[in-house]
Amino acid sequence: MATETLHAIDTHAHSHDEHEHHELGFVQKYIFSEDHKTIAKQYLISGIIWAFFGGAMSIIFRLQLGFPNMDLTWLKPVLGQWIVEGKLEKEFYLALVTMHGTIMVFFVLTAGLSGTFSNFLIPLQIGARDMASGFINMLSYWFFFVASVIMFASLFIETGPASGGWVIYPPLSALPQAMPGSGLGMTLWLSSMALFIVSQLMGGINYICTIINLRTRGMSFTKLPLTIWAFFFTAILGLLSFPVLLSAALLLIFDRSFGTSFYLSEIYIGGEALPNVGGSAILYQHLFWFLGHPEVYIVLLPALGITSEIIATNSRKPIFGYRAMIGSLMGITLLAFIVWAHHMFVTGMNPFLGSVFMFLTLIIAVPSAVKAFNYITTLWRGNIIFTPAMLFSIGLVSLFISGGLTGIILGNSALDINLHDTYFVVAHFHLVMGAASFFGLMAGVYHWFPKMFGRIMNKTAGYVHFWFTFVGVYCVFFPMHYIGLAGFPRRYYSFTALGNGRMEAFVDMNMFISIAAIITFTAQAIFTVNFIYSIFKGKRAPQNPWSSNTLEWTTPVVPGHGNWEGEIPAVYRWPYDYSKPGSTTDFIPQNVPYSATLESNFPEENEEIAKEKEIEGLLDIQNSSYNH
Amino acid sequence: MTYLIGLLSVVFLALAIMIVNKSMALSKGIKGVEQDPDSSVDSANNMNAIGFLVFLVLGSIGATWSFLHSRPDLLPVAASDHGLITDRMFWISMGVITFAFFVTNALLFTFPFLYRYRKGRVAAFYPVNHKLELIWTVIPAVVMAVLVFSGWRTWRDITSQAPDNAVVIELTGHQFGWYVRYSGNDDQKLGNHNYKLINETNSLGMDFTDEHCFDDFTANEMHLPKGVPVLLKINAQDVLHSVYLPYQRVKMDAVPGMPTKFWFVPNKTTDEMRYITGNPEFNFKLNCTEVCGRGHFGMAITVFVDEPEEYAAWCKEQKPFLTQNPDYLAKVPEKLKSKARKYIEVAAPAASDSTQASGATPAAATSLR
Repeated sequence: MATETLHAIDTHAHSHDEHEHHELGFVQKYIFSEDHKTIAKQYLISGIIWAFFGGAMSIIFRLQLGFPNMDLTWLKPVLGQWIVEGKLEKEFYLALVTMHGTIMVFFVLTAGLSGTFSNFLIPLQIGARDMASGFINMLSYWFFFVASVIMFASLFIETGPASGGWVIYPPLSALPQAMPGSGLGMTLWLSSMALFIVSQLMGGINYICTIINLRTRGMSFTKLPLTIWAFFFTAILGLLSFPVLLSAALLLIFDRSFGTSFYLSEIYIGGEALPNVGGSAILYQHLFWFLGHPEVYIVLLPALGITSEIIATNSRKPIFGYRAMIGSLMGITLLAFIVWAHHMFVTGMNPFLGSVFMFLTLIIAVPSAVKAFNYITTLWRGNIIFTPAMLFSIGLVSLFISGGLTGIILGNSALDINLHDTYFVVAHFHLVMGAASFFGLMAGVYHWFPKMFGRIMNKTAGYVHFWFTFVGVYCVFFPMHYIGLAGFPRRYYSFTALGNGRMEAFVDMNMFISIAAIITFTAQAIFTVNFIYSIFKGKRAPQNPWSSNTLEWTTPVVPGHGNWEGEIPAVYRWPYDYSKPGSTTDFIPQNVPYSATLESNFPEENEEIAKEKEIEGLLDIQNSSYNH
Repeated sequence: MTYLIGLLSVVFLALAIMIVNKSMALSKGIKGVEQDPDSSVDSANNMNAIGFLVFLVLGSIGATWSFLHSRPDLLPVAASDHGLITDRMFWISMGVITFAFFVTNALLFTFPFLYRYRKGRVAAFYPVNHKLELIWTVIPAVVMAVLVFSGWRTWRDITSQAPDNAVVIELTGHQFGWYVRYSGNDDQKLGNHNYKLINETNSLGMDFTDEHCFDDFTANEMHLPKGVPVLLKINAQDVLHSVYLPYQRVKMDAVPGMPTKFWFVPNKTTDEMRYITGNPEFNFKLNCTEVCGRGHFGMAITVFVDEPEEYAAWCKEQKPFLTQNPDYLAKVPEKLKSKARKYIEVAAPAASDSTQASGATPAAATSLR
């Protein structure tokens, strides 16, 4: 009887749903939407806009570094007072570096990547009608939006935006008298980041709840696509580490505005001795990097998840070592929490602590290596289709390897002494975290664009975009290692003080890097045009354009509110049954029961057939979860 | 420059050729070569596969050439004992990762070429192989263990307690420069300092109630003896700075309120470096590597490494702070005055009158603050 009631409620709820769907006004549908797909698109478009600004900033400071004698008067209409006598203001150079880092790490690669794809794919791939809480999900985006507005506003104030580097180490960031950017600009930076963290926490809680509670019937954890595993671990990382950044930021706000001394001690600045004693500047660094290092993986893991999915689909092969991939994601997640101090080997931290962190850091190379090998083996003996998404995924693996390998050098504290805070570090993290994650973002956009907008992006433009970006990224960041090895410190406006002709030796290379950066940045226009054009005019997508196994391709071409028109499909198998021996098609979607594929089942899979009834029997319970 | 522009144009020329080829192939495809309408594979598939191979070849050439080209400027001559050790370790690690770099990237780019889509080919259903996975978990783990262990031993040695005979030099970072203080010719001990005592003259806030301060002298450049352990005691006055001696492979942050240190043995004098580099104007530098504001990039001083005798002679020439600023005798407590007066009378007899005057009238001295 209970089941019948549930059923009745369900049908009622369903008709109610549809009823509501037609009534949604423009504002509810596109602006304050609670639909995970719309929120994902909002994140994506915000991320792309931010990426433009973050990228443009890097081009301006690359002009300074590559062409230090260039007359920049032509930038005056944009930068106004920040161009003095045709030169970039020294403080504004630091502001550009700072804002480039902040925007790229937090607003593009955290919000734009994780926000877009966690929101879009989690309900679609696990078989849920929406996020656990659509309302909190909406709040998450709008907190991010307000954070964005504040950060953007800080670019236009007279004293300039925050300029102490994206890590905003105090006392530089705590004392307005230390640099103009530490005044109002820093206040806005901190307010923006506090709101951003709130947004991330609401998002993260939602992702975790949804993955744990709303999986469709039959979707056990061991049948989850690797994308979902990656988003799951990313959300856990964020949930546990972002609050620490929030506290770091709050203490900094107290130090700045309420006279506390958490980070300040024995400071003489601007001709006066400050009263603050007993604080520790190193405390801030510990708190910051307790988030800062997991943040690297918050940025990278979704990209790795997306890549796993795309490489398997387009190699027409199961991902190699599914369980090892989950294991290494888990290993990376755990280790990510206990390696933060490798950013601090030469900050005066106890050297014994340095030894401990060196051991822990180099352990993290092992799961990373396993992932790289597994990707390569997945390609082996595949039947590879080079969609733009696939190209970007292969590119990601290459960048991940090339950038990751230098981590072995930097993680070694003895070698880090010389290389810390040089361009070697800049090259390292731009490859392994910046470019790799950016490639993951691009791969994801090309791959799931048909599901987002019902159309396919132009492939030829995608290929051209990929090759320019891939070659360009290597041309920018590969030579940067050399500059670092020559001992060029980062965040230098100019290298005149190095002496001994060291600057002159690398003038050409700096110029080369800048030219490559400009070309790479310009090439992104190909993507932007393709993206906007395809939303409105792209070729219409079929339901499953890449012949993929995961559940999102069982929804209508443009899924409406609630994702599936009828019942949510049940899941019977893992998501990687590509080119299964005996099967007539080269893919078997997750919702195809084993009883329908007797010709291709392995003996142990035939045993699963008995459980199918059980899985189907869960339908009522599943439906009841949507009827509160 | 010409080389680099050449390289750049070669790379982009290759790109352009590929794109032209691709579009030609595409147009051919449109003209009638049959295409499977269900397949998402277009005729550019082969071009992209070849593209990875071309990228591998050109990329390897580019990487090798650019490395050889910039090799002379990478890791400039190491001028400290530990620098030689870390440099060697660096090149060994670099060898390991270069090997891994080429092998993995070669596999990553040849597989797409070898296994590019062909109609009728069936991909291998190859989901797992525990033996393989074990192999490539264990091999990196072992290699890492070896690298970490040698790195740890070196790190432990570098960060060990400085030897007792180390020459102690104090470096203090401020916006935007470095103060260098030496422990003096008599007691080999740096005196206390207190940030509340800082003013325009006493820019280090030296505390003259501590007798070790009396013989301390300051300088605008840094002199180091060759072959002798040097212990840098590092402070910052306003914001974070970082001491970077690129040739000596020394780096340590300067933190307000938290003294840090680094000891090392310089093993090449400035003259030797001038000979090695063939640059008669060569000078060691001390740069700042922690962003500290507007003047960060220019926050450098010159460092001279001298033969120990020369160093000793240079030290003898330097006048203690107290000698140069006899007014500060007023800050010295009564019972230490006799000790302090020595520095004033011995070194600067001409100034002794004013010293006695200021000693006699403390009010005049306080007004100097």
